[in-house]
Amino acid sequence: MSGRDRLNVFPSRMALTNMKARLKGAQKGHSLLKKKADALTLRFRAILKKIIETKTLMGEVMKNAFYSLAEAKFATGDLSHMVLQNVTKAQIKVKSKKDNVAGVALPVFETFTDGSDTYELYGLSRGGQQIDKLKKNYAKAVELLVELASLQTSFVTLDEVIKITNRRVNAIEHVIIPQIERTIAFITTELDEREREEFYRLKKIQEKKKKIRAASDKFQKERRDALELEEEAAANLLEEQRDEDLLFD
Amino acid sequence: MAIAAVRGRLIAVIGDEDTCTGFVLGGIGEINKHRHPNFLVVDKNTSISEIEECFKGFLRREDIAIILINQTIAEMIRHVIDQHSSPIPAVLEIPSKDSPYDASKDSILRRARGMFSAEDFR
Repeated sequence: MSGRDRLNVFPSRMALTNMKARLKGAQKGHSLLKKKADALTLRFRAILKKIIETKTLMGEVMKNAFYSLAEAKFATGDLSHMVLQNVTKAQIKVKSKKDNVAGVALPVFETFTDGSDTYELYGLSRGGQQIDKLKKNYAKAVELLVELASLQTSFVTLDEVIKITNRRVNAIEHVIIPQIERTIAFITTELDEREREEFYRLKKIQEKKKKIRAASDKFQKERRDALELEEEAAANLLEEQRDEDLLFD
Repeated sequence: MAIAAVRGRLIAVIGDEDTCTGFVLGGIGEINKHRHPNFLVVDKNTSISEIEECFKGFLRREDIAIILINQTIAEMIRHVIDQHSSPIPAVLEIPSKDSPYDASKDSILRRARGMFSAEDFR
């Protein structure tokens, strides 16, 4: 029994009440944290499922996008250099919002468009339709990827938080509660021990007192007997004893 | 960071020429005032250290929320991607034109393995 096994407290009744209150608090905290972990895991699994769905969908969307890129290239010739050199400002940007799950802030991305299309006049001479299709397909892909990204960030954040919560739940369950229970047991045994000691002491004192009283009784009795003997020896004046008449006889 | 969040944040791309062209044409390309683009075209002459540097640069930039990276390129700098653990910026692996998407290589999905059976990935 060292300080690691139980808390270092003086075994008193007040400490016992304190420990009992702490045990109750720890149990309450444990159940709350467990509920939180359950809620998070529920959300986590839903997100995971959605991620897998979206990833498969992404394969499809990307395939379409690449296909339309090939089409556009076929129609307009190589456009990649023109496109990559003429970059100015982004048209599609993302905003991040916060979503709240059991007290955990999850970032959610949202796309929004601002500014005009830099490549408005691309494919004006030829292949305009293909370029338009290409733009649309890639915009769709971006939207999907942003959705996937917010799912993924939620996934990572939730993963982390679930780990922390589980760690806390386990720490309370396997370290703190047993520690408090051991402390309570220690205090109870110690108090019981003290009570027994007290009882024994009382008994002992009683016994001793009895002995002393018996001794003093005996002494007094002896004294009284001794006194009585003495008294008997001395004639009692008040005793009903006829004296002999002195004159009339 | 707050200012970047108000103005909206960017999506960065590291990929081959076609991937970059497509996304830039889709309207995500931007060159900031230091003339740093938010995309990197990787061709056969691009060295791995260059890709790594660029990726780390994107991670440091506060105005980037999402990094899209071709899975083939992600394979090259897998150790750097695995080191990145914070949720923002989110690193997304996308298929490239010449290689299909392989879910078993994805950093995120590898962490999720064991929770789902193998056929869920297909």
